[in-house]
Amino acid sequence: MSNATAVLQLRGIHKKFPGVHALKGVDFTLRPGEIHALLGENGAGKSTLIKVMTGVYTRDGGDILLDGQPIFPASTGDAQALGISTVYQEVNLLPNLTVAHNIYLGREPKRWGLIDWKTINQRSRELLKNYDLDIDVTQPLSSYSIAVQQLIAIARGVDMSAKVLILDEPTASLDADEVQSLFRIMRSLKERGIGIVFVTHFLDQVYAVCDRITILRNAELVGEFEAATLTRPELVGHMLGKELAALEDRLHQTTSESAAAPALTLTQVGRPGTLEPVDLQVAQGEVVGLAGLLGSGRTELCRLIFGVDKKQSGTMVFQGKTIHLSSTKEAIDLGMGLCPEDRKHDGILGPLSIRENIILAQQIKQGWWRFIPRKQQNAIAEKYVKDINIATSDIEKPIEQLSGGNQQKVILARWLASNPSLLLLDEPTRGIDIGAHAEIIKLIRQLCEQGLSLIVASSELEELVAFSDKVVVLRDRRKVAELTGSDIQPDTIMRAIASA
Amino acid sequence: MVNRKFIPLIVTCCLFFLLFGIGSIQFESFGTSRVFFNLLTDNAFLIIAAVGMTFVILSGGIDLSVGAVIALTGVISSVLISQYNWHPLAVFPFVLLLGTGFGAAMGALIYFYKLQPFIVTLAGMFLARGLASVISEESIPITHEFYDAVSMFGFELPGGAWIGTSTIICLLVLIAAIVVAHYTRFGGRVYALGGDNNSAALMGVPLASTTISIYATSSFLATLSGIVYSFYTFSGYSLAAVGVELDAIAAVVIGGTLLTGGYGYVIGTLVGVLIMGVVQTYISFDGTLSSWWTKIVIGILLFCFIAMQRVLSRGR
Repeated sequence: MSNATAVLQLRGIHKKFPGVHALKGVDFTLRPGEIHALLGENGAGKSTLIKVMTGVYTRDGGDILLDGQPIFPASTGDAQALGISTVYQEVNLLPNLTVAHNIYLGREPKRWGLIDWKTINQRSRELLKNYDLDIDVTQPLSSYSIAVQQLIAIARGVDMSAKVLILDEPTASLDADEVQSLFRIMRSLKERGIGIVFVTHFLDQVYAVCDRITILRNAELVGEFEAATLTRPELVGHMLGKELAALEDRLHQTTSESAAAPALTLTQVGRPGTLEPVDLQVAQGEVVGLAGLLGSGRTELCRLIFGVDKKQSGTMVFQGKTIHLSSTKEAIDLGMGLCPEDRKHDGILGPLSIRENIILAQQIKQGWWRFIPRKQQNAIAEKYVKDINIATSDIEKPIEQLSGGNQQKVILARWLASNPSLLLLDEPTRGIDIGAHAEIIKLIRQLCEQGLSLIVASSELEELVAFSDKVVVLRDRRKVAELTGSDIQPDTIMRAIASA
Repeated sequence: MVNRKFIPLIVTCCLFFLLFGIGSIQFESFGTSRVFFNLLTDNAFLIIAAVGMTFVILSGGIDLSVGAVIALTGVISSVLISQYNWHPLAVFPFVLLLGTGFGAAMGALIYFYKLQPFIVTLAGMFLARGLASVISEESIPITHEFYDAVSMFGFELPGGAWIGTSTIICLLVLIAAIVVAHYTRFGGRVYALGGDNNSAALMGVPLASTTISIYATSSFLATLSGIVYSFYTFSGYSLAAVGVELDAIAAVVIGGTLLTGGYGYVIGTLVGVLIMGVVQTYISFDGTLSSWWTKIVIGILLFCFIAMQRVLSRGR
């Protein structure tokens, strides 16, 4: 590949952190007018590579050429000025500023030295029309959904005369329709000659929009491939560095032993405005999947069960006893655990170490007065790091330095360490790539064999099919179906979600 | 339907008119332009300081050094004028420069060492107050013809209201601050910082220069406020203006600015100070109430406004 046809070219990029060699001579070439997938497992170096491109990190070796010219972005502002814009999974715009201000922040048009709001609002409205958004641009950004915010972020990025647009897991919080409209926009940007780097963990999406694929593994480049000629098993094989037999036959083989005693029974449990009354039964050692679109009430149901939100109606029987939770502490004492959907905000305590994060639930259960001796803490933390394969050099490492998949595992470990009898997992595989994904699914299966009951909310149908004994389908904050046995198939679930 | 973001501001304005209205009904000479402009004159220094505080709070920070900077300004000015015979017009740029540098230093500490603004500005407060006391524990009178001229300067509005130097300075500061907050890039950056530090950085907002400028602005305005304060007192005293930073914070919050940053308007702060002033005026008109009732009423108002902010931001 010659320089002339590449808009962005990275050659032999090295990046070292204390104790970690995060990128070992990685090459990456982006042509104008292509959508280029950047794939790799957790810790493969995707995020680091992107942060090097966008000036968040400075590289320790190698060259970055933009239109054939070497560049040295020292900050995201620098990279933006050069024409490299990034849109992140968690929308990094400002919720308190108006939509228009977000689009023009840092490059506000002026009139007589003062910011010209009329022009800003006018141009923003016109700009967003190209993205099929007809919204009031003078409202604060926070009044719109994540999907809309993401499109606004893209509009901003592209409008800043982007030559290169980097989309870092943009689809993770979008539902199917929203993903489709994002793809439409990506394709039209591609036609305008913009080079798009697309990071995702959804393989379907890779094949739906991408022209070429670059795969990283263990901080090294595996290779660059044409999407049209790379088969899916090859792709997965490249990512994992091994044939993934386990993923192929992850389809359902167990049947539920309906004889098992119920662990949790909900009768007409609901909360006005949050969830219509729901009936639900979870047996000992059973995995109940919660299916539904974003906002269908999956998360809300988990929160009601765990006592984050108080139920307003109905009865809840847990292990034979009627319970009325008024705090999560009570739920933990009873032997429940919840891994929330939003890891970053609700789950991890970023600056604390892996050990401290793992020990947390158990310590709460024991009460803060009965401190767990350090030696025992170490033993517990090390056990889980080994058992569920958390990739870290040290249990004292702050959890925020781990990749998403490993953070999720730490949260799982936290609850497992407290010996729960019912575990609620809300989107356990969100933002996690395929290898960790398979491991977490395996872990879920193992857990229920040990007699633990699980409630797992997920938007990935195949995943639900893979581990659920029963699938409860929610729509518009109501339970609309309950599937068991051979009815648990992606298309039956899909039909239940879609049925009027 | 009124834009949601203006609700706190509207509530503040309504409250001011309500209080002013109650006073006017109860007391004959309350509802006059004279009383209104006296609010401005009496509180000009507080308005100036509170405007600086508005920028700090909008950015998600706090500045506790304001009162001490006002006192230090007074002490340095009076020493230079009375003991070293500097002309006030030479003294003012000098102290303004000093003050701005002081604020910039606090901002730099906050940004480069990732320190809490609370603790840095608390240290700044002790430093400034201590310095003022070291220079002079006694109140130093200022006698200079320029000060006499300043106090004579002004014009009368129809209705007997007097617009003096302090009021003019205060109004100029307000106008400049509104323009800066809403019509310059710096203003946008202040809001951006208050919205989300991390996102702001990713969107290319220069955090270092913005943070430093914000605290420099606040201390600049605190110094200006100290100069205006010396126009009232004709002196510099190290124990002057104790607790003014807290009055300023109260005014900003009552003015509808969210204490966590990101939402609010400079004009709200003016109304916030005016509300505090109108309560004070009411109590002095009444004559039977202790002046401490002002504090009690302001305390209650603060509680109400914080509760309202909670409710509003929950709906967000």
